[in-house]
Amino acid sequence: MSLRVKAEIMDAEGVRRVLTRMAHEIVERNKGTEQLALVGILRRGAPLADRLAQKIQDIEGNKVAVGYLDITLYRDDLTQLGYHARVYRTEINFPVTDKKIVLVDDVIYTGRTVRAAMDAIMDLGRPQSIQLAVLVDRGHRELPIRADYVGKNIPTSRKEIIAVYLKEVDGKDSVVIKEKGDA
Amino acid sequence: MRHLLGLRDLAPETIELILSTAEPMKEILGREIKKVPALRGKTVATLFYEPSTRTRMSFELAAKYLSADTVGLAAATSSVAKGESLLDTIRTVTALGADIIVLRHPSPGAAHLAARVEGCSIVNAGDGTHEHPTQALLDLFTIREVKGRIAGLTVVIVGDILHSRVARSNIWGLTKLGARVRVAGPATLIPPGLEHVGVDVFYDLREAVRDSDVIYVLRIQRERQRQAFLPSLREYARLYAITGEILSLAKPDAIVMHPGPMNRGVEIWGEVCDSPRAVITTQVTNGVAVRMAVLYLLAGGEVKHDPH
Repeated sequence: MSLRVKAEIMDAEGVRRVLTRMAHEIVERNKGTEQLALVGILRRGAPLADRLAQKIQDIEGNKVAVGYLDITLYRDDLTQLGYHARVYRTEINFPVTDKKIVLVDDVIYTGRTVRAAMDAIMDLGRPQSIQLAVLVDRGHRELPIRADYVGKNIPTSRKEIIAVYLKEVDGKDSVVIKEKGDA
Repeated sequence: MRHLLGLRDLAPETIELILSTAEPMKEILGREIKKVPALRGKTVATLFYEPSTRTRMSFELAAKYLSADTVGLAAATSSVAKGESLLDTIRTVTALGADIIVLRHPSPGAAHLAARVEGCSIVNAGDGTHEHPTQALLDLFTIREVKGRIAGLTVVIVGDILHSRVARSNIWGLTKLGARVRVAGPATLIPPGLEHVGVDVFYDLREAVRDSDVIYVLRIQRERQRQAFLPSLREYARLYAITGEILSLAKPDAIVMHPGPMNRGVEIWGEVCDSPRAVITTQVTNGVAVRMAVLYLLAGGEVKHDPH
């Protein structure tokens, strides 16, 4: 199976601007940073959470708690995969109880990752609320879940793939849409 | 990974994968709610033909923390006593629905034999004097956690090497990951040919521990000592016990390990096993994390990387 790049949807500047807007929205909605904590879903949600936290600090002057969550052990398809995805280490070094948790991920698609992430967070404590921030919403939800903060809505077909590249993981910032083809 | 039978047949990359999967598992052990749903609906059976409390408990807890169901068969009180063969028992337990069977057996090669049965994964939890892979994996994990690396370290294994499956598995694992391995013990308890697998043999304990990073003390297995390999336990203790003085010959930051259960005053002195240099309780905790990693990887089959 080959993948053809159809279009670049965001370049580095685009990603930066979108994250700046999302940081403002998070602060506005939560009326500041009291009890606020960002939790990035590994792997690409983690650097996004770091960047949002930095921007929120620039806006409000307060440091926001940041954690990283691995949801592999909470997936609903582990027994169907025929393989096991690599498990990464969850690092949430603050009590989640009574926090306003903002889950951060690169792409929301079926919603199953977010379902798993909510279960994982609940196992760590009882947050005051859980919100969701994603860089890209590509549609095709299979569960009643929506994001509270969306960088960009990109309608896609199921044959397409949204690839998010981030400097911290991939060496560059870019969001592209690819298509599966037989060529 | 289909089975875990021994470290002899494992590629260094597979060992690394198990160790790195054990890291996030250890994080789970530190939580208030020590449970994740990964193996929900899977069944892990422990089948022990030799007495063991800690290994069995460690496996059962590992399975429970991953939400698998566990059942145990204490072989002495079961159909084994009625004459059922090992393979028939494995077939029966598989037919009962076990996905993974954790097997301890007094005969070397029992786990390999059991792995011939279709339909379930076998974890060798000790087969006679042959291998005890999860013990070695938890030892490797502990060394890496405390020392930050394994390659280039000098590890001395002291005691009854001949009868020790723990020593065998550790020798395979340590040499595959690039450690320098020395063994020390009475000549009657050191098997011939170790130099061919890159191990240095010492009969003088003081010489062996000099400038080492890890002293791994084996338990003197009284139950395997019927054939008089040792003149007496006192004689053994005088020559090979790890005392504070012996420890002082190793590197200043050297650590002491023991697979348990310890015979205090025989192979190890209280002043050593109760000192901060001993990481014996850490080994026990890490055993659960490593066994969680093994069960997780066995339940899933192959490992695939980020398809991104």
